[in-house]
Amino acid sequence: MTGTETRARALPVTDLSLVVLIGASGSGKSTFARRHFAPTEVLSSDFCRGLVADDENDQSASRDAFDVLHYIAGKRLAAGRRTVVDATSVQQDSRRQLVELARKHDVLPVAIVLDVPEEVCAARNAARTDRADMPRRVVQRHIRELKRSLRHLEREGFRKVHVLRGVEEVEAATVVTEKRYNDLTHLTGPFDIIGDVHGCARELETLLSKLGYVDGAHPEGRTAVFVGDLVDRGPDTPGVLRRVMSMVADGTALCVPGNHENKLGRHLKGRKVQHTHGLAETVEQLEGESEEFRARVREFVDGLVSHYVLDGGKLVVCHAGLPEKYHGRTSGRVRSHALYGDTTGETDEFGLPVRYPWAEEYRGRAAVVYGHTPVPTATWLNNTICLDTGAVFGGKLTALRWPERELVDVPAEKVWYEPAKPLRTDAPGGHDGRPLDLGDVHGRRVVETRHAGRVTVREENAAAALEVMSRFATDPRLVPYLPPTMAPTATSGRDGYLEHPAEAFAQYAKDGVARVVCEEKHMGSRAVALVCKDADAARERFGVDGPTGSLYTRTGRPFLDDAVLTEQVLDRLRDAVAAAGLWAELDTDWLLLDAELMPWSLKATGLLRTQYAAVGAASGAVFPDALNALEAAAARGVDVGDLLDTQRERAADAAAFTDAYRRYCWPTDGLDGVHLAPFQLLAVQGRSLAALPHDEQLALIDRMVEHDGSGLLRTTRRLYVDTGDAESVRAGIDWWLEMTGRGGEGMVVKPVGALVRDGKGRLVQPGIKCRGREYLRIIYGPEYTRPENLEKLRGRFLGHKRSLAIREYALGLEALDRLADGEPLWRVHEAVFAVLALESEPVDPRL
Amino acid sequence: MFLTISTTGTPERPATDLGFLLHKHPGKAQAFSTSYGRAHVFYPEASAERCTAALLLEVDPLALVRRAKGGKGKGGGAPDAALAQYVNDRPYAASSLLAVALSAVFSSALRGVCKALPERAGEPLPLRVEVPALPARGGPDLVRALFAPLGWTVAAEPVPLDERFPDWGASRYVRLVLRAPEGTLTLSEALRHLYVLLPVLDDAKHYWVSDDEVEKLLRAGDGWLAAHPEQKLITSRYLSRRWSLTRQAMERLELVRLADADDTDVEEIDNAVADGPETEAETEAGSEAAGTGPAATGAAERTAPLAVLRREAVVAALRAADAARVLDLGCGQGQLVQELLKDTRFTKVVGVDVSMRALTVAARRLRLERMGERQAERVELFQGSLAYTDKRLKGYDAAVLCEVVEHVDPERLPALEYAVFGAARPRTVLVTTPNVEYNVRWESLPAGRSRHSDHRFEWTRAEFRRWADGVAARYGYDVTYAPVGPDDPEVGPPTQMAAFTQRTATTPTDHGMNENSRHSGSSTSDEGAEAA
Repeated sequence: MTGTETRARALPVTDLSLVVLIGASGSGKSTFARRHFAPTEVLSSDFCRGLVADDENDQSASRDAFDVLHYIAGKRLAAGRRTVVDATSVQQDSRRQLVELARKHDVLPVAIVLDVPEEVCAARNAARTDRADMPRRVVQRHIRELKRSLRHLEREGFRKVHVLRGVEEVEAATVVTEKRYNDLTHLTGPFDIIGDVHGCARELETLLSKLGYVDGAHPEGRTAVFVGDLVDRGPDTPGVLRRVMSMVADGTALCVPGNHENKLGRHLKGRKVQHTHGLAETVEQLEGESEEFRARVREFVDGLVSHYVLDGGKLVVCHAGLPEKYHGRTSGRVRSHALYGDTTGETDEFGLPVRYPWAEEYRGRAAVVYGHTPVPTATWLNNTICLDTGAVFGGKLTALRWPERELVDVPAEKVWYEPAKPLRTDAPGGHDGRPLDLGDVHGRRVVETRHAGRVTVREENAAAALEVMSRFATDPRLVPYLPPTMAPTATSGRDGYLEHPAEAFAQYAKDGVARVVCEEKHMGSRAVALVCKDADAARERFGVDGPTGSLYTRTGRPFLDDAVLTEQVLDRLRDAVAAAGLWAELDTDWLLLDAELMPWSLKATGLLRTQYAAVGAASGAVFPDALNALEAAAARGVDVGDLLDTQRERAADAAAFTDAYRRYCWPTDGLDGVHLAPFQLLAVQGRSLAALPHDEQLALIDRMVEHDGSGLLRTTRRLYVDTGDAESVRAGIDWWLEMTGRGGEGMVVKPVGALVRDGKGRLVQPGIKCRGREYLRIIYGPEYTRPENLEKLRGRFLGHKRSLAIREYALGLEALDRLADGEPLWRVHEAVFAVLALESEPVDPRL
Repeated sequence: MFLTISTTGTPERPATDLGFLLHKHPGKAQAFSTSYGRAHVFYPEASAERCTAALLLEVDPLALVRRAKGGKGKGGGAPDAALAQYVNDRPYAASSLLAVALSAVFSSALRGVCKALPERAGEPLPLRVEVPALPARGGPDLVRALFAPLGWTVAAEPVPLDERFPDWGASRYVRLVLRAPEGTLTLSEALRHLYVLLPVLDDAKHYWVSDDEVEKLLRAGDGWLAAHPEQKLITSRYLSRRWSLTRQAMERLELVRLADADDTDVEEIDNAVADGPETEAETEAGSEAAGTGPAATGAAERTAPLAVLRREAVVAALRAADAARVLDLGCGQGQLVQELLKDTRFTKVVGVDVSMRALTVAARRLRLERMGERQAERVELFQGSLAYTDKRLKGYDAAVLCEVVEHVDPERLPALEYAVFGAARPRTVLVTTPNVEYNVRWESLPAGRSRHSDHRFEWTRAEFRRWADGVAARYGYDVTYAPVGPDDPEVGPPTQMAAFTQRTATTPTDHGMNENSRHSGSSTSDEGAEAA
């Protein structure tokens, strides 16, 4: 590719590359760069000298200037942006650093040499005031070094070298941006990606038919994509090659190379390779083929590109998997990883290298589809999937339909080749190896949500959540959701009330929500129940061995310490779901319920003893004595003023407080006395139900309750209110007054439509709680109803609580959506963890 | 909150002299403003035969909350209302606040000064003190142990938590009646006993103590505290409120809120660091074995050695493994990190803990901020969790999990195993954990109880080996076992240690022939296919 006689040369330059301009001072590099590249693509050493030394020609600042240049270039390349270095780069050492930089970021180094005569350079420098006194010998040295370099450039590692000789050629040249070979983002398929075939020609034909291909072409124009390892071990490698090569040639298939093709290629080129791992079979089979066929195979293998980025960047196909930073990159190590994967440097008990579990760490948005490691069943892990299901070892040949994400497979006709070790029982990182990484949750984070944009988690809140999640929570695989906090109704100005439903109805009316449902607030603790149909479903969907679901609190802690008791609760729920026919109707084998578990005393025993009952006990003990003493003093004629009356009122308040908390306590024995009131069905397999209107929600749940033979489930009483109708609102208020008057906790008002936006398109509060007057004694203290106390409390600020409620709600919805979409565990956990972190934000805890 | 003080008298020495001694007229009800609300003094009875003064403090709970939030003065400071719940026993119980009011309202009497009857102030008189709701951590027994040696006849009756729920048992309050016969105690002494012992019994976590508490204690304890058999406990509890202040200053408000969200006492989740003074009282069996009881003192002598022995064993094993870069996973308060830094062969020591409080304490113990540059380069502390893989933990020679695994729920151990042995993969891993068989040798440990309330399990030697053997097999390690502490012939040592060594990793070049190795062949040279 080095210089030709053509005058108007078009120089191909890869779209993601590090372009190094090489030429003496005055050779016209900056002009050339300006003409052919975007201004932000070009980094000039002169400019960097200016940055660090206020003088573009201060040679003493060169070292610092190049540090800056390399740093910026590194940032650009890491971000996938082509970068042009405008410096003389005539010395081998300076070029070596740039080639290293390109390799470090897995982009191609490209050299463009401007070989311009010394006189021209000297004349140009003389014409510039800032370089007028540059000694002639500097340019001479540059030219000398350049001439010496010319022959080495390719050996130095430049993958394209363009040498422009003379001013005219420099002037006339144009730069043509070339796509990388691996960039097929413009192809959108649909694709059928096929796992390791290993010479299993008959299975391949069966699979292709099953996928709908007729003689190598799909009537609907689908494209097959082979993940490599077409050859070796199996009975008919030539047959497989013939089929795939013709499909590729016809444009109905793409193929990336596997390590076996790579080795075969070297064999066909006459290199000495060991005929192990099934190559012997291939060599033997190819001997029966013509020389011409072998030549075509050699050519085919030689032309394979290590990996492809497809479908707008949403899909990456390669043989052995590829971490995100290598997608679309071009370097030896990218190719090596694509073909061989990465190893830890260790070997296992079978003498095979231990593979580095790159997929466990994978956090990219592109799906990576690969093969290479035989597994019994193809399963998704962090948006990657291995399709090598060991056809040649008697497993099956698997294809993935994209974008449908459906798996199609055909069984092997027989064991064609004995494996060196048994197939792994799990996909890499499978069941117990679905580790979450600290990087997914730690520190300040921004979580993208579909419903409310970016939600920020601050570092100190993440730190607290990490502590609670790590030390106390249920296995994160079984905590796919945490409930959001809920804002109370706006503070009421009514005599004797801090909260009253009138404000809640008015709020929703203002938000444009006409129909709301008032749901009884149960006197228990929040509980989320994940109920799987059986242990197999739990294993299949959530990757756990043993438990059939989970029952946890609003911070993810197991609700019951006793796992056996938890399973009993799940059993009863399961029975109710089955009896109500919901498994089939909802087409699911698990469901996630938001609920209230009663009594409150079941979970809050510690708090009850140390705080609530303690206050009751202390007040109960002190008031009789204090009142007696005051009465005696008054009887003696001492003027005790209003102290006696005040103390009597305080005693009455304390007694009312004791009554209030007692309603939340009753004895339980095992599950006797324990009740669960589900009020929302959050998700089932493949679907978030968070937007299902509450009347439909409650109808489903009512059926569960009806069919519960165990007495565990409790219904949620409700009343529908039209916020625009005064009579309906009045009825809502009366309902609340009646309920709380009998000691009820209060109610939650929700838009019937569940997931609702206001006129400005913002999410409205998913619920507003209106707590009963007596219940609030437990929250605000026994004497909060005294007028002077109420007056102070009315100054409470709700803004932060409301904002928090919306943010947590959006995160909860996000977790459910991610769960429904089958996204990786870390993605679901990210949103769940963020809810927990937000719960530690400073908000008045009484709200 | 309420208490009464009564005395009896004769026509010559009328009981109503109590009014003079207290400087409060028996015919009037008087009110005084104090820091925490209004204090009232009145006399339900006042005759020559019998006179009773009542002190009633109307605590304003909202004022308490505001005070806690206001942050003025020492110990205010807590910017979060969660610390000072509106639902609070302070308005009812005879807490340290009542002691403060007592000293404010009866200050002269407390000092034994009485201008009207100077000679009577120094004379013992028959006394009866009633405190209907006395918070008493340690229960009636401790109440008796504190008051009886001072000459009081003590009746301390536990108050039930809620008579509606008898199985909840007793509350932490007792109804206290103290009687001192004629000639035993002066009023000043009685008041000073109450002034010191009410807060000691209350032992509340977050109440407000001023800087000069030591002097106050010395003054109020003059003449009786030095000889009191429970002097140590009284002093430590009285002053421990100051340590609570330190704790409060470190309070992880985020954790307070998470506890609150779950109707949980924050102490149930913010319990990674033992409460109390940060001296070498060491957690260990001191709190491990004795739990919450007040008599933790006995266990102390034999406990420190176990912690020390454990560290010695760990350090020796690390030396034997020739480890230079060491992770202390679950470093707690940093004692092991501190120990390791003493030996320069450990060129890098990283302490990791999930508890920010623990890390704060550890940083202070190590004086990280004042450490020289060279030393500081050897040590690092950061928050991490073994429930997650963590890239920062890769590339170390050894990891120590000293008394860590037993704090992890058994069903979440596989994640820890993976994070340590699968992902971080240091050459050497040391794991220590209690040997539950040895628990029978702890005299102070009730049968069946674990050594620490946060222990999710305690293993027998066989259980530990079963676990460790399994981990070693799954992750390619060899494992050996060693006892820590006296190896009892019957029940084994108090602590058991497993030392895991990664099975010699064969260098990749040994398998150069193997096609799957990334070092095999010359794959990179074929890059030309796509580049050229």
